[in-house]
Amino acid sequence: MRKYLIPAFAAAVIAAATPAVAAEKAEVAHQNWSFQGVFGHYDKAQLRRGFQVFREICSNCHSMKLVAYRNLAALGFTEDQIKAIAAEKQVTDGPNDQGDMFQRPARPADHIVPPFPNDQAARVANNGALPPDLSLMTKAREGGPDYVYAILNGFVDPPAGFKVNDGMYYNEAFPGHQIAMPPPISDDAVTYADGTKATKEQIAKDASAFLNWAAEPELDTRHSLGLKVLGFLLVLTAMFYALKRKIWANVH
Amino acid sequence: MSGNHFDNKVIQWLDDRLPIFSMLQHSAVEYPTPRNLNYWWNFGSLAGLMLVIMILTGVFLAMAYTPNEALAFNSVERIMRDVNYGWLLRYMHMNGASFFFVCVYIHIFRGLYYGSYKAPREVLWWLGLIIYLTMMGTAFMGYCLPWGQLSFWGTTVITNLFSAIPVVGDYITTWLWGGFSVANPTLNRFFALHFLLPFVIFALVFLHVVALHTTKSNNPLGIDVKGPQDTIPFHPYYTIKDLFGIGVLLMVYLGVVFFLPNFFVEPTNYIPANSMVTPPHIVPEWYFLPFYAILRSVPDKLGGVIAMFGAIVIFFFLPWIDRSKVRSAKFRPIYKQLFWMFFLVCVVLGYIGSQPPEGTMVTLGRVFSVAYFAFFPLLWLTSKFEKPKPLPQSIAAPVLKGASVGHAAQPMEKA
Repeated sequence: MRKYLIPAFAAAVIAAATPAVAAEKAEVAHQNWSFQGVFGHYDKAQLRRGFQVFREICSNCHSMKLVAYRNLAALGFTEDQIKAIAAEKQVTDGPNDQGDMFQRPARPADHIVPPFPNDQAARVANNGALPPDLSLMTKAREGGPDYVYAILNGFVDPPAGFKVNDGMYYNEAFPGHQIAMPPPISDDAVTYADGTKATKEQIAKDASAFLNWAAEPELDTRHSLGLKVLGFLLVLTAMFYALKRKIWANVH
Repeated sequence: MSGNHFDNKVIQWLDDRLPIFSMLQHSAVEYPTPRNLNYWWNFGSLAGLMLVIMILTGVFLAMAYTPNEALAFNSVERIMRDVNYGWLLRYMHMNGASFFFVCVYIHIFRGLYYGSYKAPREVLWWLGLIIYLTMMGTAFMGYCLPWGQLSFWGTTVITNLFSAIPVVGDYITTWLWGGFSVANPTLNRFFALHFLLPFVIFALVFLHVVALHTTKSNNPLGIDVKGPQDTIPFHPYYTIKDLFGIGVLLMVYLGVVFFLPNFFVEPTNYIPANSMVTPPHIVPEWYFLPFYAILRSVPDKLGGVIAMFGAIVIFFFLPWIDRSKVRSAKFRPIYKQLFWMFFLVCVVLGYIGSQPPEGTMVTLGRVFSVAYFAFFPLLWLTSKFEKPKPLPQSIAAPVLKGASVGHAAQPMEKA
């Protein structure tokens, strides 16, 4: 009798807990990413396309304060290209010898210049909504790059009877389905420098990959170092095990 | 203590004046260890290794971290992005906390299963519990430091618990915060204490080991060591066994660090702390979840706090709640069942703690909280009348012959 007590108990627990698991959140479809898995690494051409999308579209409203222009070297941009990209934006510096603040072009050491001087200015320009900083977006949302991709492609017609508030847009991937961001991308919203065909899906994919890089710029190093570390540990542990067997041989 | 002879004259000279080599010889080389310890006995030294890893990575993180409400979040990101191998230090520290708790929980449940809390090891058990409590405090304050949304709101929720204390509760909470809400003074003191407490833990671990080496290790049979034939020297037998265990732990731990570094993290904590926006779902780290579930299951705030702390404090009385003279659950049919049910209850409570407290979760939480506490009176009652299986005559007997002594004793298992 006692033998069956624990399995019966476990079954009762699982049965009682299961209905509560059903999530009410919108399901986010999984996409294939070059950086997923143990051997995953970033596709630099894709990151450069994603940066182009960010520069031409996202950065009109969204900041990316944790990333510096110099970090773009990881995408394969040359020093001169980075200087040119940075110099498009003005930053306030100073005070100078006269005690005055002044404007100067951004340098590679500067962080990506936000589109608005402060959160209040961003809200005023965006119908009261604050476009979140994109530096950590893929780490700060359940689903990561899959979620970002789903949001970018999630603008569909609302189901019949669904009331969308003024100034809001229906998005099937967004919790609550009402998002303040207007549909940001469409087919050919950018003209890719490398000639890739700019479908809506392609743009969303590239932008999501770029945001993943912005959140986890160390991923390539992490994966390659991790493989070496685990390989080393595997050999070391196997040797420890062999030694353990040998030392313990006379005890067993 | 002294009296060992060393061939090296320098070592001999030093040892005559400060017997550190004799002490090492005594407790890390010759220490007579039961010959039948299984792999569950690895987790004490593994927890010790995690403590060392946490202290080392933590010291280097502290060199680049800024405990200021305006700078903390960005200083962590600066570690992740600009400090050389800062991402490695940070991910090792962050996941190290989880693996430290994994090791300690296995270590505690091992002690429960094999009756390691019983005479003469009560003080050893107490020291372990005090280490565990100090770890919880340290981990809680560490979670505050990145100053993300859950850092802030988790700190707010848990520090608010003290306001449940009658009369002085609000004063205590204000005193803990250093103000009227969780803010910069809170972050500052949490950082100071988070830096201090690991060294307190280190000292407690030292005492834990002194107590262990006084009463000597328990073993899977739970019977006393009868003579030298029951033990083997710690070195090389358990040093190599511990090294093998360390290799396995490092592979799992570093596998997570390198390939799933945010496995244990709620994404919400990558959003900077904002006192104006409450996250929809505030959950603590996984290692607090069973206690969080108990806290939420009691409808009264003070009652919940008492139940939550009581859930741990009651373990201090375990050596007397359990009245059986037999240690190992191997020979205790009823206790074995109770143990596994208690283990299951803890796991289920952990799951309940991770879910929003709605609908069936509230009821389930209450049922399982009662089940958690029911373990102790049930143990008290059954341990008196439980009829243990016959114990082997010695550790060496079943080990050497590979067969049971006494008709019902089971042959040795390698767990």
